[in-house]
Amino acid sequence: MTTLPDRTERKLGLVIDLDTCVGCHACVVSCKGWNTQNYGAPLSDQDPYGADPSGTFLNRVHSYEVQPEAGAAQLVHFPKSCLHCDNAPCVTVCPTGASYKRREDGIVLVNEDACIGCGLCAWACPYGAREMDMAAKVMKKCTLCVDRIYNENLPEVDRVPACVRTCPSNARHFGDLSDPDSDVSQLVAARGGMDLMPEQGTAPVNKYLPPRPKDRLDQTGEIDVLAPFLAPVTDQPKGFLGWLDKALDRL
Amino acid sequence: MTQPHLDTSPPVSDEIRKTTCYMCACRCGINVHMKGGKVAYIEGNRDHPVNKGVLCAKGSAGIMQVNAPSRLRAPLKRVGPRGSGQFEEISWDEALTLATSWLKPLRDTAPEKLAFFTGRDQSQSFTGWWAQQFGTPNFAAHGGFCSVNMAAAGIYTMGGAFWEFGQPDWDHTKLFILFGVAEDHDSNPIKMGIGRIKARGARVVGVNPIRSGYNAVADDWLGITPGTDGLLILSLVHELLRAGKIDLDYLARYTNAPVLVNGDPKSPEHGLFLRDEAGKPLVIDRVTGKLTPFDQPGVRPDLAASHRHAGVTHRPVMHLLAERYLDPQYAPEAVAERTGISAAKIRALAAEIAHTAFDDPVILHREWTDFRGETHQTMVGRPVAFHAMRGISAHSNGFQTARALHVLQILLGAVETPGGMRFKPPYPKPATAHPKPHCKVTPGAPLDGPHLGYVQGPDDLCLRDDGSPARIDKAFTWDNPMSAHGLMHMVISNAHAGDPYRIDTLFMYMANMSWNSSMNTGGVMQMLTDTDENGDYVIPRIIYSDAYSSEMVAYADLILPDTTYLERHDCISLLDRPIAEADGAADAIRWPVIEPDRDVRGFQSVLLDLGARLGLPGMAQPDGSPTYADYADYMVNHQRKPGIGPLAGWRTGDKGLTHGRGGPNAAQLDQYIANGGFFVAHVPEDAAYFKPWNRAYQDWAVGMGFYDSPQPYLFQLYVEPLRRFQLAAEGHGSRQPPDHLRERIKTTLDPLPVWYAALEDGHADPEAFPIHALTQRPMAMYHSWGTQNAWLRQIHGVNPLYVPTALWRQHGFADGDWAQVTSAHGVITVPVAHMAALNANTVWTWNAIGKRKGAWALDQKAPEAEKGFLLNHLIHELLPPRGDGLRWSNSDPVTGQAAWFDLRVRIEKVAAPLRSQPAYPPITSPVGQGPATLAWKVET
Amino acid sequence: MHPAPSIIAFTTLSGLGFGLMFWLGIGMPGSTGLVAFVFFAIAYALAGGGLIASAFHLGHPERGLLAFTQWRSSWLSREAICAVVTLAVMAAYAIGRVFLAADWVPLGWLGAVLAVGTVFTTSMIYTQMKTVPRWRSLLTPALFLSLSLGGGALLAGQVSWALILLPLAGMLQLAWWWQGDRAFAASGTTMASATGLGGIGSVRAFEPPHTGPNYLLREMVHVVGRKHAIKLRMIALLLGYVLPVALLVLPFAHVFGLLAVISHIAGILASRWLFFAEAEHVVGLYYGKR
Ligand SMILES: Nc1nc2c(c(=O)[nH]1)N[C@H]1C(S)=C(S)[C@@H](COP(=O)(O)OP(=O)(O)OC[C@H]3O[C@@H](n4cnc5c(=O)[nH]c(N)nc54)[C@H](O)[C@@H]3O)O[C@H]1N2
Ligand SMILES: Nc1nc2c(c(=O)[nH]1)N[C@H]1C(S)=C(S)[C@@H](COP(=O)(O)OP(=O)(O)OC[C@H]3O[C@@H](n4cnc5c(=O)[nH]c(N)nc54)[C@H](O)[C@@H]3O)O[C@H]1N2
Ligand code: SF4
Ligand code: SF4
Ligand code: SF4
Ligand code: SF4
Ligand code: SF4
Ligand SMILES: [Mo]
Repeated sequence: MTTLPDRTERKLGLVIDLDTCVGCHACVVSCKGWNTQNYGAPLSDQDPYGADPSGTFLNRVHSYEVQPEAGAAQLVHFPKSCLHCDNAPCVTVCPTGASYKRREDGIVLVNEDACIGCGLCAWACPYGAREMDMAAKVMKKCTLCVDRIYNENLPEVDRVPACVRTCPSNARHFGDLSDPDSDVSQLVAARGGMDLMPEQGTAPVNKYLPPRPKDRLDQTGEIDVLAPFLAPVTDQPKGFLGWLDKALDRL
Repeated sequence: MTQPHLDTSPPVSDEIRKTTCYMCACRCGINVHMKGGKVAYIEGNRDHPVNKGVLCAKGSAGIMQVNAPSRLRAPLKRVGPRGSGQFEEISWDEALTLATSWLKPLRDTAPEKLAFFTGRDQSQSFTGWWAQQFGTPNFAAHGGFCSVNMAAAGIYTMGGAFWEFGQPDWDHTKLFILFGVAEDHDSNPIKMGIGRIKARGARVVGVNPIRSGYNAVADDWLGITPGTDGLLILSLVHELLRAGKIDLDYLARYTNAPVLVNGDPKSPEHGLFLRDEAGKPLVIDRVTGKLTPFDQPGVRPDLAASHRHAGVTHRPVMHLLAERYLDPQYAPEAVAERTGISAAKIRALAAEIAHTAFDDPVILHREWTDFRGETHQTMVGRPVAFHAMRGISAHSNGFQTARALHVLQILLGAVETPGGMRFKPPYPKPATAHPKPHCKVTPGAPLDGPHLGYVQGPDDLCLRDDGSPARIDKAFTWDNPMSAHGLMHMVISNAHAGDPYRIDTLFMYMANMSWNSSMNTGGVMQMLTDTDENGDYVIPRIIYSDAYSSEMVAYADLILPDTTYLERHDCISLLDRPIAEADGAADAIRWPVIEPDRDVRGFQSVLLDLGARLGLPGMAQPDGSPTYADYADYMVNHQRKPGIGPLAGWRTGDKGLTHGRGGPNAAQLDQYIANGGFFVAHVPEDAAYFKPWNRAYQDWAVGMGFYDSPQPYLFQLYVEPLRRFQLAAEGHGSRQPPDHLRERIKTTLDPLPVWYAALEDGHADPEAFPIHALTQRPMAMYHSWGTQNAWLRQIHGVNPLYVPTALWRQHGFADGDWAQVTSAHGVITVPVAHMAALNANTVWTWNAIGKRKGAWALDQKAPEAEKGFLLNHLIHELLPPRGDGLRWSNSDPVTGQAAWFDLRVRIEKVAAPLRSQPAYPPITSPVGQGPATLAWKVET
Repeated sequence: MHPAPSIIAFTTLSGLGFGLMFWLGIGMPGSTGLVAFVFFAIAYALAGGGLIASAFHLGHPERGLLAFTQWRSSWLSREAICAVVTLAVMAAYAIGRVFLAADWVPLGWLGAVLAVGTVFTTSMIYTQMKTVPRWRSLLTPALFLSLSLGGGALLAGQVSWALILLPLAGMLQLAWWWQGDRAFAASGTTMASATGLGGIGSVRAFEPPHTGPNYLLREMVHVVGRKHAIKLRMIALLLGYVLPVALLVLPFAHVFGLLAVISHIAGILASRWLFFAEAEHVVGLYYGKR
């Protein structure tokens, strides 16, 4: 049902910490593993051992180099999956009703039984969050692990997305972003969580925490602040042993 | 229209089987979800001490490893020429009969003619024992080309180093400084630790020529020039000493800083410690002012006082150390240019270290008693933690650089204190508590003791009576006296050269030696296929065990196909490479969560079978029947000493089950499986820090069977065994080094850390080859064996050479361009890409992505073989010849660690070739090629 | 965007077919019998053929009926409905003209309006895409409609209308290119906004997420060389607009009619190829490509 709900009861989503993501691709592969085995058709791979291997992934980790005006270039690892937009253009373009946004939690899903594989929703998504599966010929996208987060066959701690559960550096956080008191909302507030491509008007639910300022040791002035910590104990060449003796007496 | 109905609680699996990951050597716990008897999904085990539930990309891709089309299917006998990849499948009985027929005569006449070397294996206590029973001195694992510098420097200095030996105190550290690490084996724990540190708002500093991965998330980055970390570290030491920002109390109590050094230049003991009759190092007690053994109750060792005797002044280590590092040659200004780090930045880092360590200590209110009997109310720590790996150790000055880093940590009082670096049981364990190397060969009988160990001086070298090396890899010789892990990278080269002697059979396990794990890959292929004047192979026989169709398979005469990691028993034992964390001793098993669908067998079981067929002691009963049915049987029933077996958990004691010491328990493996595949014994709270000197810890360790009696010891700022080699080089003692090595030994085996330029710089022309060339591990790929994985190879299918901005512009490179890269040894032609966050004199690429055509069941047009490449073609196992006729190994002169990262090159832009160069002819795949599509959903 | 032959063929041919239907619907020409049959057959072949071609693009054409359900939000759904209703209405109208020599004018007009509506809905599928700034312009429907009507007029032999509409379409085409070349920059979507990292410094894509190719790159990222694009634009302009008009103004326009049609179709195919191939999707930014 491709009209968007007026509002959703909750806004479940991910908060991704760009300050902490080491770019290990763990989330990429655990997502691949879980979703190959679960929701809908398996995520297939074409020419997997060949010259041009290519498969369906719902989450991919980019990396960018950022050159500040002064100082060393920085590298930022950048995981990207569906952002479960409030104003999801991928949903409204869908001719069949296969794409929909859930009223209860805001998760954007594809009902694969109704998907004709026209690809239009992938065109409509600015983030590249939808991929057509070449074997099943249906549109695949991040499900926010809807088959984990409510799954009573899983222990309660494990009712989080596969990518969140596996992220070794804890750069991925899952929760309700409509609740200002939730851990994720608190993180967003504290760390200045941001939207990707806000000008596209998609109103993404997922937020990104920007990298913290870097290279403090290069900042001039900083050194002066630190200098007292290195005040020499003595200026005489042989003075160190004298200092040692005195310092030992104080112990 | 309404939303479709969705089942949000689908069944996940029929059953979970808990075992240990082996997509790399980190050894995380995994939950293998089974559906219909097949592996459906793999996730981390939340209870596991290593990974606590998380799993890396490789671990999650395990399912694609277990179904990989490159899996070997049956034993193989070579039918084509070596290197062609032409084999016929044979039965196990035929294979083992053949192997026995080759090995038996060797054992009976000349056991050293078997060289048995193992690669990425985790059962060294078992394989080493096998080799010892066989009687050959020629055994080692891959540590020599991996990171022995880190291990040896740590053990000799403080009884352990990083990774398997120790870890940062993630919970308390406030400043974490990482030297030369892209990934390390502590793959998940480091990521978890960085995540925890960041969540607390503590700081991370990365010292690395390349700002990727961990260094990308570091708050500060020092883009150091490769090979110069020693200078940077000693400059930090210089600044801290000058400012008196060192932990004097800690140094006096727990290190050899107060130990007196013989100051008599005429004495044959010059530079050795003054000792009492019992051999205990002497200090001066501040309380009495008297000379006394360091460990007496109530002694307060004096760091400042020297001892004058017979006209000679014997000074404490602290004097020597201060004298050396206060020298202006270590001032930030003096090292800035060589390290590529500005003096201001070095000073800023030193200041931050000083501030964090001394103005902001961590104080835990836990009472503990030290080995001198003194009780302390609190545990005070210096919350600066370091971690380092191959970036500093894979250089020919790596041992001394790693030593320098350990000395820095110790000066801060940041080892085994809260917020610093903590050992993982069974470490700490000083060098003196390790065995020494053994090499006495007796035909038909076992070797006289374990192969590898920690020498204390020239007397412990593995030399034959004529002074020539006893081992094929020349470990424990004057070339590299402290080669605690052997030199796997020299085995093929030495065997081919017949230097020091010829061997008959090269037996290898899990090491891709004809490709990514060798230096001089092309040369090694040549050596493996070279024939003598009779047309016989120079290395007559090669037996190899692999699980997959790797490049190395093609070069063996007999292949013993292993299972995958989910199909066999494995033992991750406290006897060799445990999975312990600082708060607990832990070991683990693998067990067959699925049965192989091919005619393959677990290698360890095969080795036991072979051992029985050869009648090796401990493996064959007097009637010739095997002692152990298989490796599982060995894991449960073998005892190294009474009460000590491969697995520490659930042994039998007087009153039921016990841990640590105890008799075999027939149900042990079931207990492990029920517990998730691992065993952990938690370190008591009052034993958690100050372990080398903490009575509570020492007693606990004895109880666990790590040692037989408490072994408190001092950290060795000054390493006496090094000095013993120097003394020999100065002409003292009966065992003398050859003259051409004297000067090198004098400079490089310094008992206090020194920095010297990489050895390659003295052989190759730094002007002609001005650029450093490095490799890094990609987090989502494990050496060569990730490539067969359909999911992982999509992430890393090609590897460009990353070029820093200035060079990029200078050569006029654009995206898609290619470069010719030349070293003193070879030339490669490879694709380039631009990277700004990179040391200006460094180029680099991902390790082991390039593949040989025909390997790994991949299409011959696979990108890994077309565009992917290895830097290994540029790195030689020998240094460029100097015209002295000698074969100088490209290794650290102390430990023999392969100096991968000393490589220097020059680059030129060239027209794009058809594929990266050099290109080798394809090998025939013994397993065919993988399928055209995959959609791996397992149904119940 | 990937210039998929099926979609290029679909939009070009069905545009022409529905354009022709428009003219037939309003009785220009008002022929009956066999002549009408030929005209309607051409219209149906083009429109229907285009639709069939588009079905090749679907992963699951057998579920095609579902595509009629989401007319409240989806332009694709609206297009599907419009197309089918148009074909049905025009079929009834054609029966009158071909077999009964009857001209049910209101039905014809209804069909004509529907035909135009179909082309409009098609164009809106592209126009709505905020992700493809080049498409997101009112000029897109204007261009599609003028082409459809102009090409239809050409096919319908309405030379004087064709002589008005084709130059108009040509002008729109030029305007569309002019605007399109500036659209991405004007959209405000940049690497900085895509990554949120612009505040730190200038952003450059370092490593792609996978060294292997993927669906997104194949589908959304297509790079046309500048020289190549200019050449193709010239060809499109010449064949699609200039040559047909020239042929029509020559004496014996009828003789050259077929040539004009062929030239026009070839030109529009080239233009449509560029319509996709030159269209930069914002997702390319994540890959450092535009
Ligand atoms: N240029 C460059 N070269 C390097 C390095 C570098 O930094 N730069 N690093 C060096 C270092 S530190 C190392 S440790 C080496 C590593 O190099 P290698 O030790 O060669 O490691 P791998 O390529 O991972 O795998 C070795 C073999 O183990 C096989 N294998 C995998 N699983 C199993 C199994 O379950 N059973 C059996 N029997 N075999 C199995 C694989 O198929 C493969 O053939 O590379 C070295 N080479
Ligand atoms: N994912 C994954 N994990 C692995 C492996 C793998 O193949 N893949 N291999 C395992 C093995 S066998 C090993 S030995 C470990 C090795 O783990 P690491 O020690 O992390 O090994 P490398 O990837 O070789 O990284 C060496 C790092 O040192 C830096 N470096 C090089 N020279 C210098 C220098 O002079 N100074 C400084 N400061 N830095 C320098 C390089 O830029 C690089 O970042 O990883 C293990 N873990
Ligand atoms: S990220 Fe893309 S696929 Fe996901 S909801 Fe937003 S527009 Fe749709
Ligand atoms: S591909 Fe499927 S989900 Fe996407 S718009 Fe078409 S029918 Fe809807
Ligand atoms: S939430 Fe689930 S589906 Fe989405 S990226 Fe994470 S693992 Fe993949
Ligand atoms: S698992 Fe975590 S750290 Fe690794 S790439 Fe994904 S988000 Fe980043
Ligand atoms: S780090 Fe990854 S590959 Fe290595 S053992 Fe752990 S999960 Fe497995
Ligand atoms: Mo290694």
